[in-house]
Formats: sequence, C-alpha cells, structure tokens
Amino acid sequence: MKNTERPWSPYLAGALSGLLAVLSVLVAGKYLGASTTFVRAAGMTERTLSPELVNTAYFLKYNLAVDWQFMFVVGIVIGAFIASRTDRSFKVQAVPDMWRNRFGNSWLPRAVTGFGGGVIAIYGARLAGGCPSGHGLSGLAQMSASGFIAAACFFIGGVIMARLVYGRG
Amino acid sequence: MTLIYGILTGIIFGFLLQKARVLRYDKQLGALRLKDMTIVKFMLSNIIVAMIGIYLLKEFGVVELSLKPTILGPNIVGGLLFGLGWGLIGYCPGTSAGALGEGRVDALPGILGMLAGASLFAHTYPYLKSNVYTWGNFGKITLADALGINHWIVLVALVALYVLILRFLERMRL
Repeated sequence: MKNTERPWSPYLAGALSGLLAVLSVLVAGKYLGASTTFVRAAGMTERTLSPELVNTAYFLKYNLAVDWQFMFVVGIVIGAFIASRTDRSFKVQAVPDMWRNRFGNSWLPRAVTGFGGGVIAIYGARLAGGCPSGHGLSGLAQMSASGFIAAACFFIGGVIMARLVYGRG
Repeated sequence: MTLIYGILTGIIFGFLLQKARVLRYDKQLGALRLKDMTIVKFMLSNIIVAMIGIYLLKEFGVVELSLKPTILGPNIVGGLLFGLGWGLIGYCPGTSAGALGEGRVDALPGILGMLAGASLFAHTYPYLKSNVYTWGNFGKITLADALGINHWIVLVALVALYVLILRFLERMRL
C-alpha cells in the first residue's frame, strides 16, 4: 500500500511547527517540552499508592498536577491520531519494520528493549534538564548553551547505541 | 485556559509530527544510523523559524526567554544517557506519545519504562545533586553570552550553518 504514504515535506511541517512554537510562547508563554510530564505522571501515580513516596526533593520541586505540558503531551497523541486517520497511515503495529527486518516478528524482545531504553532515556533527559523537545527544539531556538551541549550528546549517545544494536551498515 | 492552550498546541504539534512521519521508530533509528535524516530536517526547520520568531518578539519586549541552566556535568552525562536509551527505545518522550496515537503500540512499553525511569530519577536525585550537578555550572546562558558576541550575529551565523547542514544532507540524499 505504498500509494497511501503521502508524507508532508519535513521542511514544511518543521517550519509550521516552528511557527507554532513561537505562537505558543507569545500567547501562552510556554516553550515546547515533554519530559517533565513523565515526572508529574510518575509522581501522581506514586502519590495514589502512598503520599510518603512523593515527599522527596525532586517531586517537591514540581506541583504534581496536570499542567500545560501534560495537556500538550496528551494533545500530541490526539493530533497524531487525527493526522494518521486522515491519510490512512494509522496502523496498529507492535514491531516496527526496521526492527522486524533485523530481529524478526516477535513483539517481546522489542517490548523489553523499549522498556529498558525508556528507563535510561528519561533518566538521562531529566538529568540533562530536558529532552529533544525541551533542550533540542526550545533550547536551540533560544540559542541556550545547554541546548547545544545536550542536543550534541543526545545524538552522540544515540549513534553509539544504534551502532551497537544494528552494527555497521 | 492554560490547559486548553496546552492541548490545542499538542494536537497541532502531533498532527505535524505525524504528517512528516517523524514519529516513527524507523525514522528515529534511520537518523541515528545516519541513513535517513528526516527528523533532522524537521528539527532544523523548526529551530530556524522559532529562533528568528522568538528573538524578534524578544526585541519588541513581548516574550521572555526561558533558559535551562548550563551545567556541564548533568548536560553531558544526562545527554549521553538519553542518547543511549533513545537508540534502544527509538522514540523520544514527545514522539512516543505521538507514535501511540498513530497505532504504533510498541511505544507503550517504552512509555511505561519512561514512567519507571522518571520515578527512579526522582528517588536518586538527592545523590546526584551533591556530585554530578556540581560539575561546571555556568548558569542560564545563551551561546551569545558564552561567546560575548551580539546575539543577532550569532543567530545569523547559526541560520547559515543550519542551511549549510540541510544542503549537505540533500546533496548526500540522506
């Protein structure tokens, strides 16, 4: 079904998303970011188990409630769903094509790798102070020194791991 | 109202990410394997437009910067850790949400892993605070501050650099 794949130019979509980022700062005073939401979600989950658990310095830095960024991340799910339904690129898939070509069709190894990668990635993102949205897009758009350092390290780490997972070529 | 702005901005951003196909594992690993630079094209286009827009509005005094602190220890160690994890999960925090929206359910274990990792970080933060966070703290600075050059000169140089990178990628058919 190759003919159903009609992606937009990454230059057009990227530039429009840049315009969106400017509007967001102008109208709502908010820079795009995503990783703090995972801290809030984890904190709110822990709080329902026991309020004692979130009585730690890092959770206390944040007001553990649904905020602008939390809604932004929820919105991304909805926006991607709408976009993928309008051009029929929505597809329930538990193993990405590239992974399947290399490691086969079993979903479990992909799920375990995804979970482990998720733990490491967010740990790093919170330590760095942000993810490719907060540091990468918003940081570089503001020419923040931390953005250049973090974005470079994101790619260096990623290229190293991609080489370890897929080997050369 | 803030929450409504949040979800509207997210819906449009998610829509654009999906239309450019940058949400996908294959695209993210494609970039990290240096084979398909679609996500870099998206990111640099976003950055060029947002950078010019934000600095113009800042010049008129209608917006303020919101800089993340530059501390070499956490920026570098955290950045490299993020990258290593990114190469495994194949999504970043924002794109994992979008990937789920277009039916790529392999993002779900990754999202659960990120929730677990966020919890782990929160509970180990006191130990990190007394060591890695103390390495090379420069505070909230821009590249222009660091270089001691007017920010518009740095901005124009960066736009030129980004355009050259994009031209190079096109020439290499990446």
